Amino acid sequence: MNRFKGTGSYILSDSLKEIVNAAIVLGRPLLLKGEPGTGKTELAQVIAEDLGLGLIRWNIKSTTKATEGLYVYDTVQRLNDSRFHDKDVSDIRQYIRFGRLGEALRSEEQVVLLIDEIDKADLEFPNDLLYELDQMQFDVVETGDHFSARHRPIVMITSNSEKELPDAFLRRCLFHYIEFPDPEMMERIARVHYPDLERKLVAQVVARFYQVRERRDLKKRPSTSELLDWIQAIVAGGIGERELVRRLPFLGVLLKTEEDLASVTR
Amino acid sequence: MFINLFRALRRHGIPATFNEWMLLQQALGENLADSSLTRFYHLARAILVKTEGHFDRFDQAFLECFGHIDSSDELIARIEERLARLPPLELTEEEKRLVEELDLEEVRGRFLDRLRNQDDEEHVGGNQAIGVKGRSPFGAWGYNPAGVRIGQGVSRHRRAVQIAEKRSFRNYRDDVALDTRAIKTVLGYMRQVVREGPKESLDVEGTVRATCRNAGELEFVWERARRKRIKLMLLMDAGGTMTAHAELVSRLFSAARDLVKNLKFYYFHNCVYQELYTDIARMTPVATRKVLEQTPRDTRVILVGDAYMAPSELLHPNGAIDFWYRNDRPGIEWLGDIRKRFRKVLWLNPEPREWWPSVPTTRMIGGLFPMHELTLEGMRHGTRALMKQ
Repeated sequence: MNRFKGTGSYILSDSLKEIVNAAIVLGRPLLLKGEPGTGKTELAQVIAEDLGLGLIRWNIKSTTKATEGLYVYDTVQRLNDSRFHDKDVSDIRQYIRFGRLGEALRSEEQVVLLIDEIDKADLEFPNDLLYELDQMQFDVVETGDHFSARHRPIVMITSNSEKELPDAFLRRCLFHYIEFPDPEMMERIARVHYPDLERKLVAQVVARFYQVRERRDLKKRPSTSELLDWIQAIVAGGIGERELVRRLPFLGVLLKTEEDLASVTR
Repeated sequence: MFINLFRALRRHGIPATFNEWMLLQQALGENLADSSLTRFYHLARAILVKTEGHFDRFDQAFLECFGHIDSSDELIARIEERLARLPPLELTEEEKRLVEELDLEEVRGRFLDRLRNQDDEEHVGGNQAIGVKGRSPFGAWGYNPAGVRIGQGVSRHRRAVQIAEKRSFRNYRDDVALDTRAIKTVLGYMRQVVREGPKESLDVEGTVRATCRNAGELEFVWERARRKRIKLMLLMDAGGTMTAHAELVSRLFSAARDLVKNLKFYYFHNCVYQELYTDIARMTPVATRKVLEQTPRDTRVILVGDAYMAPSELLHPNGAIDFWYRNDRPGIEWLGDIRKRFRKVLWLNPEPREWWPSVPTTRMIGGLFPMHELTLEGMRHGTRALMKQ
């Protein structure tokens, strides 16, 4: 079996790499949690690229229903067609629209399925998926068709823990909490995104970033993406590492609320 | 395998199940841990623990089971420590010459052999075992130019036991410390979805039914969209003993304000009397009775306070801590009114639960309101009860 090795552009810890491989070998969904900006969503993309598989992304909203992920029977379209007699409405199959999960299970090749932000949905949502994720098969009740995955999709699930997930669902997953990168790892991440930048400057920016981030009175702590934007701003502004020691330019890129800005500049 | 870890986890309150345990066994069978304790640590945690709030407990349980196990680095450190405690050896010139005849390769091979055979006792002065002050070529502070020095290696790899010892997830524990994000997470459970507003989304099921009733003539049925809504009132103690918790309370407040649109908040000073305050610095008062009357009954009410005061403040008319403040009714009656008015109330107390029984007023108020600690776990339990219909 193919092992996930990680790619150059996405820096991840060894432990996460091992757990991704464990999830693939054991055929279990991997539930990822962590602060915003720790790359939960990107991981699925990277796995797909690394293993040369397709990625199917299912973005969950508060109104998403589990059955929609499998398929939707477009009754309204069918009713409408029946009114104008322009199609043969006796063939129900043409009104079955497969959802993201349905697509993943019907796929001829193995795919990576990303269920993004599962906590956005209704409390019962994860429980409604238990059978399909366990057995990797589903029925279309209206037509009696049965679909069973030829290759178990690699399932990645992300959560921002807005809601607690049901225990029965959790028991079937592997779980990993992506910690916020430490300065050393952050420097590596920054260098991957800005390979031409001087090491000293990157180190200085990262050090200053953590000084801001570690403040306890912040309402919203800046994350990786804000740091990367900040670096871009600093490069564009032609600011050197010496100047960074004296002041914090473009703070608005890092801090998004007025209160935070005020408390840091004070 | 490692059933003691499973037991320790259960003992530390991690709800790992037998099925998860079997999955770990399967993973070990697939050689996913690759005989490495560090990998085993991560693998076991991923399979058995499903919230970062329990990671610290996992670390503790892991230490209990594997803390005494030495990986090679640790073994070296221990040997070194033991060697350092013992006095150095002095040899005669003749003895030195004898010892010099050994060559390094041979020594290394024999070192490993002997390390395997040696028991764990401290060893001084022998010619065979690894220790100090000996003529054996292994150890430290002994005399042998071809000897193997033990204890200079610096660990380059983070080892499982060390990771567990660091207990870096202590801050994620759900029975301690709260930051704004954590509070938001918990308060997030209070977001309730209800249908309200104009009818603007298509009810497919209803449309099908209505159309069928209509003999195939299409008839659309619309329904109200689902909106998040909860009414919440926060009553916060800003009294003297609460100063220590001011930052915590302000975090709770800012999290609540971000999450709940329909939020009312008032302050009180040690105990609730006939007036609540909208601004504690300026002491802008509103009549408690008016607040009670104008706040709908289905509003969830959270009181935050240490419930720590002189009994007279709670039980006597004119008992308020502020000397100039006159209250005809004792605080406990006002609190009773709040309890009676709202179906769902909760008291969050920033003091640790162990202290409550020793404070009379905390006991009394705890009898009136369901009281929980102002910690993640306390809030989770509390808000869950608060959200029950």
